[in-house]
Amino acid sequence: MANDVAVKSFYQESTNKYSGILSWLLTKDHKRIGLMYMIAILAFFVVGVIIGLLMRLELIAPGRTIMDAQTYNTLFTLHGVIMIFLFIIPGLPAIFGNFFLPIQIGARDVAFPRLNLLSWYIYIIGAILVLVSLFLPGGPIDTGWTFYIPYSVRSTTNVSMALFAAFVLGFSSILTGLNFITTVHRLRAPGMGFFKMPLFVWATYATAWIQILATPVIALTILLVILERTFGVGIFDPALGGDPILFQHMFWIYSHPAVYIMILPAMGVVSEIIPTFSRRTIFGYKAIAMSSLAIAFVGYLVWAHHMFSSGMSDTARWIFSLLTFIVALPSGVKIFNWVATMYKGSIDPQTPFLWVMNFIFLFSIGGLTGLVLGSLATDIHLTDTYFVVAHFHYVMFGGTGTIFFAALHYWFPKMFGKMYNKKFANIAVVAYFIGFNMLYFPKFIMGYMGMPRRYYDYLPQFTIYQEISTIGSWILSGTIFFIIGYLIHALKYGKKATSNPWGGVTLEWHIPSPPPLENFETIPIVTHEPYDFSQLKEMKDE
Amino acid sequence: MGISPTTHAESVDFVMLYIVAISVVLLLGITATMVYFVFKYNRKKGHAPVDIHGNLLLEVIWIVIPTLLVLSMFYFGYTSFRETREIPDNPFVVKVTARMWQFSFEYPNGKKTDTLYVPLSTGIDLEMRSMDVNHAFYIPAFRIKEDIIYGKTNHLYFTPKEVGDYDVACAEYCGLSHSAMYTKVKVIHDNEFTTWYGSNWQPQNK
Ligand code: HEM
Ligand SMILES: [Cu+2]
Repeated sequence: MANDVAVKSFYQESTNKYSGILSWLLTKDHKRIGLMYMIAILAFFVVGVIIGLLMRLELIAPGRTIMDAQTYNTLFTLHGVIMIFLFIIPGLPAIFGNFFLPIQIGARDVAFPRLNLLSWYIYIIGAILVLVSLFLPGGPIDTGWTFYIPYSVRSTTNVSMALFAAFVLGFSSILTGLNFITTVHRLRAPGMGFFKMPLFVWATYATAWIQILATPVIALTILLVILERTFGVGIFDPALGGDPILFQHMFWIYSHPAVYIMILPAMGVVSEIIPTFSRRTIFGYKAIAMSSLAIAFVGYLVWAHHMFSSGMSDTARWIFSLLTFIVALPSGVKIFNWVATMYKGSIDPQTPFLWVMNFIFLFSIGGLTGLVLGSLATDIHLTDTYFVVAHFHYVMFGGTGTIFFAALHYWFPKMFGKMYNKKFANIAVVAYFIGFNMLYFPKFIMGYMGMPRRYYDYLPQFTIYQEISTIGSWILSGTIFFIIGYLIHALKYGKKATSNPWGGVTLEWHIPSPPPLENFETIPIVTHEPYDFSQLKEMKDE
Repeated sequence: MGISPTTHAESVDFVMLYIVAISVVLLLGITATMVYFVFKYNRKKGHAPVDIHGNLLLEVIWIVIPTLLVLSMFYFGYTSFRETREIPDNPFVVKVTARMWQFSFEYPNGKKTDTLYVPLSTGIDLEMRSMDVNHAFYIPAFRIKEDIIYGKTNHLYFTPKEVGDYDVACAEYCGLSHSAMYTKVKVIHDNEFTTWYGSNWQPQNK
């Protein structure tokens, strides 16, 4: 069935009677919805990167460089809100989960295609609300993406509107999660038992549980803050009889698990790419699958490690420190599983694999510096400094962000039926690595020297590190624009991709590139383990 | 960085060094193994891949060893942290007030300053309150900080053992001039302190 020229792709056939833009805006096809997310999410990512560049430019020298303090404060808030709520949380599940989860389990679509489209609209409405909040009187929000009380009750900027946007975005996340869980339970192809599912499906499934269990907490918290701001109900602000620490607890009860919403799908992608390019099965399939699920359920127990300096009781501090170390272990062990999967493989280090190597290095730094922050004495010194800024960029950007690019390069030929210029792509991997480390590594040093985060200005001893960091931001952003450029170019001028350019064996590689509207002519009957490369021979004859 | 201004700063630096040393070994180990595999098992060499589904012994080893390592990190981090929670006997209590965007200090005899003056080798207890939003009192050189939460009183304890001027920064975002919310702690000799302080104060038994 592969390479069958006669098959119409999902670009040529639509689920409705419309053509052109309407056939997209009213589509129920999970693949088109995935691509619509891709356009929106990439657009916001670019905006976030540009804001990052502006902040870095401001910080190239002490004192005022290009903007005033209030502008800087709104910029880091917007940068955080955009990167967290509009890019990294929805990124992998909404784009690649939507596109590939149904295909990888042998389904024609998700369980609730209309709900899926609704989730996209909710995402867009949330995003528009963020944009509207910038231009209303009062001005853009300046609280930082953590919205700590009492500042967020006192600030005269448009906090309520921006918070409401986050509230709306939460529903998009919940509905997507609900859809994926149902899809995995109800729509697996015959023979596809839970332990035959690809690990990307496992990871997305585990993520979906966090999305529906944790997101309502932030929704409630946000509503309470809005009530407090509008009607003066005293829940968090001590001036009204509330407790500001309660806010921090409620915020992190969501936002810590949210870190796993960001990283688990990325781990799933890694578990796809390494076997494909090593041509052997994954090492420790069950351990990886189960640890994803375990992380989804114990990830709730460590939220207060964000609050070690808030004056909690000493007992709470040591318990959360201990739990943090324990909960960190499964993530660390996965790295060993991945490296072990390369052992005795037949490794062809093509672009997506190089991205994964990039990931393993950057994410390891992120994880290991997390140990420094999990330990009480060092955390007290480093919390709310650049050390934390470096740590979370290494985890979120070096981890999930890097895998975003890995997934893009891995699945690009499948999604668009075109291949990009591999030489450009490999240059980008190296440039990204250099730019990334230049941008963020100096921040670890500055943090240990005592440079607090969210600072518009700094003491002279930090100048040299700030300069290196800013130069790094140019290299990294330049690379990102270069990548987007050659990918867009490939859409039009790229060579035609075959149905299985990398020699993968999960179900998406059994169907044409790009896939037909309903993915499979006939629903496949699954007999192989997910990473059984002995199928490759049969596949060639298909 | 030369001599440490407090005993606690030394112990934090030790914990840091301990964790970073282990981390560097792990990072280099992982990276080197990965790069080695990519060359050794490169497809160009034409080995047939071997499917290895797992190895119980190996997996037990790489769970147990990291567990022990992180427990030791937890332990060192915790014991060092305990030092900062022990209230010095007979401490010299200074009231700290944080407001957007400055700190001010009030001493037992009613004296008020914008810069914190403390006598050498005396246990200090900062009793910290905020007038508006959350702030944090951060002395990088001493490796300590504690948030100042509006509506609550938080404490920070330290015993300086080197004379000098050390930066104090606000480390919890508090609005427009957050990054200008700096002051200094000046550690001076007992006798100088007595002169500066004006009235009698009780140096702690040493
Ligand atoms: C070229 C890309 C990027 C640059 C130059 C950049 C730069 C920065 C800078 C300068 C800050 C402010 C640090 C401070 O003053 O405390 C910051 C904060 C932040 N960044 Fe990025 N960043 C980039 C990409 C990302 C990505 C991809 C993510 C998420 C995945 C991200 C998430 C955040 C978050 C959550 C904050 C904290 C905002 C806050 O304090 O409220 N950044 N970034
Ligand atoms: Cu402050």
